[in-house]
Amino acid sequence: MTVKIMETNKTATAGHAIDMESLGRVRNERSIHDEDITLTVDNLDLYYGEKQALFDINMSIPRQKVTAFIGPSGCGKSTLLRCFNRMNDLVDSCRVEGGISLDGANIYDRAVDVATLRRRVGMVFQKPNPFPKSIYENVAYGLRIQGVNKKRVLDEVVERSLRGAALWDEVKDRLHDNALGMSGGQQQRLVIARTIAVEPEVLLLDEPASALDPISTLKIEELIYELKDKYTIVIVTHNMQQAARVSDYTAFMYMGKVIEFDNTDTLFTNPNNKQTEDYITGRYG
Amino acid sequence: MKDKDIHAHHISQQYNSELDDIKTRMLEMGGVVEKQVADAINAFMSQDSGLSEEVKRGDKLVNALEMSIDEECTIILARRQPAATDLRLVLSISRIISDLERMGDEATKVAKSGITLGELGGLPRSVLEIRHIGDHVLTMVRNALDAFARFDSELALSVAEEDKAVDMEYGTAMRSLVTYMMEDPRSISSVLQVLWALRSLERVGDHARNIAEHVIYLVKGADVRHSDLDEMSAAVQNKK
Repeated sequence: MTVKIMETNKTATAGHAIDMESLGRVRNERSIHDEDITLTVDNLDLYYGEKQALFDINMSIPRQKVTAFIGPSGCGKSTLLRCFNRMNDLVDSCRVEGGISLDGANIYDRAVDVATLRRRVGMVFQKPNPFPKSIYENVAYGLRIQGVNKKRVLDEVVERSLRGAALWDEVKDRLHDNALGMSGGQQQRLVIARTIAVEPEVLLLDEPASALDPISTLKIEELIYELKDKYTIVIVTHNMQQAARVSDYTAFMYMGKVIEFDNTDTLFTNPNNKQTEDYITGRYG
Repeated sequence: MKDKDIHAHHISQQYNSELDDIKTRMLEMGGVVEKQVADAINAFMSQDSGLSEEVKRGDKLVNALEMSIDEECTIILARRQPAATDLRLVLSISRIISDLERMGDEATKVAKSGITLGELGGLPRSVLEIRHIGDHVLTMVRNALDAFARFDSELALSVAEEDKAVDMEYGTAMRSLVTYMMEDPRSISSVLQVLWALRSLERVGDHARNIAEHVIYLVKGADVRHSDLDEMSAAVQNKK
């Protein structure tokens, strides 16, 4: 805060103790060029069999920021998200050309171990998918398959992850209850806790709140806001208001192309592209 | 229960701090404008051209504040889609800062009249009207801002009531200055400067009343622009 309130009843002849320079600036004028970049997409094309789903995507995902992908159904936003941890490898007919690099290393390189990649780039899906185990075991799962079994280590990671996912206070007295007994919103936060337990660098969230009620949705959004201090977050959402609320940068996609990618303030108040404007103002289609 | 913390307690802490920020900055802008008006009156009364120049410079700050707070409001509307009392808060702040900015313009006019008056050879006679009406509108400005800060619609109503009194004082002052000009036509050009300054101060009072109306809208959700005092009072008494 740069403006000092003046005493009004005395005729101060000294100048206003105000920093004029800082007054004009409110809008987030940061552009992607000012950011430290985690993921870089270069000339990415993606095909499902004969059909091309993504066309020449070029973009940079900034570190420890929230980047949102918005666009109508079928525009390729989930497909693009799944490229970041090679989930598309699981689709037989899927073919990727071009590259994505994580911290400068191409993730589509032959030498890359996909399991390691997916530990570094964690993913949360639309429907909460906790394992039919206890809350504790859900969070500890990632460490256990890495061979960590020391109770002290696991206890610590479980607590830290549940705190990180803003769930600890709600579940600390019933850590050994079955996770499937939790509410949908709690399950989704549990899945986020499970994902951050293995300390990824990037969190991919694919419609993380679309199956939740409005209050649980806001809790997830607040969680996203807190998590970006530690993680690079990419979120796909149908709900563009959600993108407006949570993200620092927003990409509008349409028919497999990135139409506009800018900081969220600019994209939602003064987009450059007519198609973007039509979509965010509800004029599309 | 309405209280001034009604805009806190969102699940999103960030949203809380954004709303808090525009509130704080609007009140700070109010403080700057209040000082601008007070300085302009003092400069006029004491024929202090240095202080007048300072008021003119200060107006740039007021303009910059209006633009930057308004921009912040725009971004909140675009990103948060505020509802109910949050929506009224953003809308009323956006309206209040525009009234504040115009008060700033009026203060500048008073300062400029003061400079012109100095060039014409100073005050033609004692102009206690300026001091009197000036103090009155300053109190209105302060109360309007306090009403906003405290979420106090009763205080806002009293500001609107005061505006009636200022209008009457203004009418009286004008009649006496007109009489003075008729008696001494050589003084017309300098007395006119006094009249312009009075006119500006009276306008400051009108803007303070507008702010009070925005506060009633904020607290009670009733749009009392273009209403008479009875209608405003009914809106304020309405227990909601």
